[in-house]
Amino acid sequence: MSEKLFLSGNEAIARGAYEAGVKAGAGYPGTPSTEILENLCQYPGVKTEWSINEKVGLEVAYGAALSGARALATMKHVGLNVAADPMFTASYTGIRGGLVIVVADDPGMHSSQNEQDSRNYARAAKLPMLEPADSQEAKDFTKLAFEISEKYDTPVILRSTTRLSHSMSIVSVTERDERAIPGFAKEIPKYVMIPLYAKKRRIAVEERTRRLREACNELSVNRLEEGKGDFGIICGGVPYTYVRECFPDAPILKLGMVYPLPEKLIREFCAKYEKIYVLEELDPFLENEIRALGLDVCGKSSFPAIGEFTPEIVRRGIGGKEPETRKSAVELPPRPPELCPGCPHRTVYEILRDKKLNVIGDIGCYSLGTLPPFKAMHTLLDMGAGFTVAQGVELAEGKEAMKNTVGLMGDSTFAHSGIAGLFNAAYNKRHCVFIVLDNGTTAMTGLQPNPLSGKTIDGSPTVSIDYVKLCEAAGMDKADVKIVSAYNKEEIAGTLDTLLAGGRLSLLVVKGPCMILKRKQAKKQREAAG
Amino acid sequence: MKTSKVMNVLMVGVGGQGIITAGNMLSLAAMNAGYDVKKSEIHGMSQRGGSVFCHVRFGEKVASPVIPVGEADILVSLEEMETLRWLDFPAPGGKVICLKNRILPHGVENYPEDTATELKKHGLDYMELLPADLTAATGSAKTVNVAVLGIVAGFLDIPEDAWKKAVAELAPAGTADLNLYAFEQGRKTTIGE
Repeated sequence: MSEKLFLSGNEAIARGAYEAGVKAGAGYPGTPSTEILENLCQYPGVKTEWSINEKVGLEVAYGAALSGARALATMKHVGLNVAADPMFTASYTGIRGGLVIVVADDPGMHSSQNEQDSRNYARAAKLPMLEPADSQEAKDFTKLAFEISEKYDTPVILRSTTRLSHSMSIVSVTERDERAIPGFAKEIPKYVMIPLYAKKRRIAVEERTRRLREACNELSVNRLEEGKGDFGIICGGVPYTYVRECFPDAPILKLGMVYPLPEKLIREFCAKYEKIYVLEELDPFLENEIRALGLDVCGKSSFPAIGEFTPEIVRRGIGGKEPETRKSAVELPPRPPELCPGCPHRTVYEILRDKKLNVIGDIGCYSLGTLPPFKAMHTLLDMGAGFTVAQGVELAEGKEAMKNTVGLMGDSTFAHSGIAGLFNAAYNKRHCVFIVLDNGTTAMTGLQPNPLSGKTIDGSPTVSIDYVKLCEAAGMDKADVKIVSAYNKEEIAGTLDTLLAGGRLSLLVVKGPCMILKRKQAKKQREAAG
Repeated sequence: MKTSKVMNVLMVGVGGQGIITAGNMLSLAAMNAGYDVKKSEIHGMSQRGGSVFCHVRFGEKVASPVIPVGEADILVSLEEMETLRWLDFPAPGGKVICLKNRILPHGVENYPEDTATELKKHGLDYMELLPADLTAATGSAKTVNVAVLGIVAGFLDIPEDAWKKAVAELAPAGTADLNLYAFEQGRKTTIGE
């Protein structure tokens, strides 16, 4: 029996994975991908985890797939950079149970530090990639991705974007397809990528891509929609819905699989129309692939390569009617995001600002400390860079520079890749002062527990990393690790002064729970009591 | 407004005002009424005290999850100046429902005046709501978002039971009655038009 639900793209991907009989899900939170795993976690018969980072998450999911289970790995676009290492070689070994890697891009950078187009990874890693346009497709394509994965012995990438992940539409759902797990089996030449075997698998990868390239001409998700007019449009993903909105009668070749591309279908479609528009957000990925076939199409000369598309951009690019805009005589002040009132990080930022320190920062809610009224974070590069970039500053300027420089990150970032930076500093005898802003959760992405929170993805208790023992294990002195309350401004300031003056590698942990988390926990307690 | 065409409702405001919840209730009500529905919003960094918006579209068949510029049938704003931020979205003569609620952005001292004059200048069908009236009518400041939704309901072709089911289902645990009451009060109140 089929039931209809109103689901976001992320909820639909989780539903699709559940229906496909997925047994394992792993990932690291990152907007706009986070809700996939949060939802998958709630289905019976699926084991999930928040991994410490995306590389670990993909490797865990890969392991589950080698045991013959269907497995899902989730991450945002920049997370795929972290997970790229295992992904490129998993392409060689293939899988046993289906393995789907979900990556959520963020055109428009609503919540990200860059706007990279993950489709380039599909070509680079020689992996098939599917791209749904709405929630129904998000669910259906997830299931199809598992089928392709097993049929062609390959990980499959499912690409989402912010607009798909966070838009909601109606989805028909069905029952779960329960599957037996055959278990781990030794097969050295396929799964051990020493050069001897990797060279053989390299050939298998090319052969697989050749077969996929051929077969995708028949794939139902690559769909020719007849229409009227003298131009045709090639598109996929959310922009397809904008095309249908603005040009309901236009002929469309809708590509559900964006790598590899269906050459035969594309040639047939292009031969039919005088003008072909290739409509895609971000890079001219489809356009370049299609041009490489020797076909003349119109792409980035008509549509921007920067930012998220809108129905207006699509209409404008094809020469449709421009909507009227209205000019307001009232000037509106912007309303940028800011650290929440009562946020435990505020005090630290007041201190850093007042001391005029150089703050090598990192990624999370606390990145907002770079905005007024603090302006007290001076770099943001990638997860974990708060500690490592500071070490580069020391390398260049000498240890004296560390008297007015700190490296800073949050607790979840520390577990993600900060620990490696800390160990690097200890090993290389650096003199940096590092700060962890520990609010007990991964706040920016919506309060996911992490290895410092003492809870797992389903809220069950677990161990939490002991900062002091960890630093001691790295070779640091216990006295150089200080844990202070986020609400004791004097103590934070005094401790920071001491550490900066000491000129030794040191870690200052500032602990105070996230206000949103605190409110949620209080509400839960009230509900439980009443 | 009978909906052979796609109906576009744009709900805007500031983080924490319950825009997303109200948008979800409207979407589910439309789905309960048998329409195709799409909704779009953005979570993440922008939510920390920034502007919040939620596009809801329903009708026989909806393509884009985003309302095209100049096609919103109703712009509902829970914050005064946020209404103006979306000035390009209402359809010509479109309905604008504005809750006269002022939330100063951080570091801004003077709240911009003349929102209403500006909106009327563009020929929009402007309707103003006073937060105090809604709080008095519903007995709670917490359900103002749902009371406003009750007012919006008066302009949409969605049957009563579809609304009630949606509001009850999506109200936070233990607050279904409170929210249904707020919705009812909104539905039967016309304030300060």
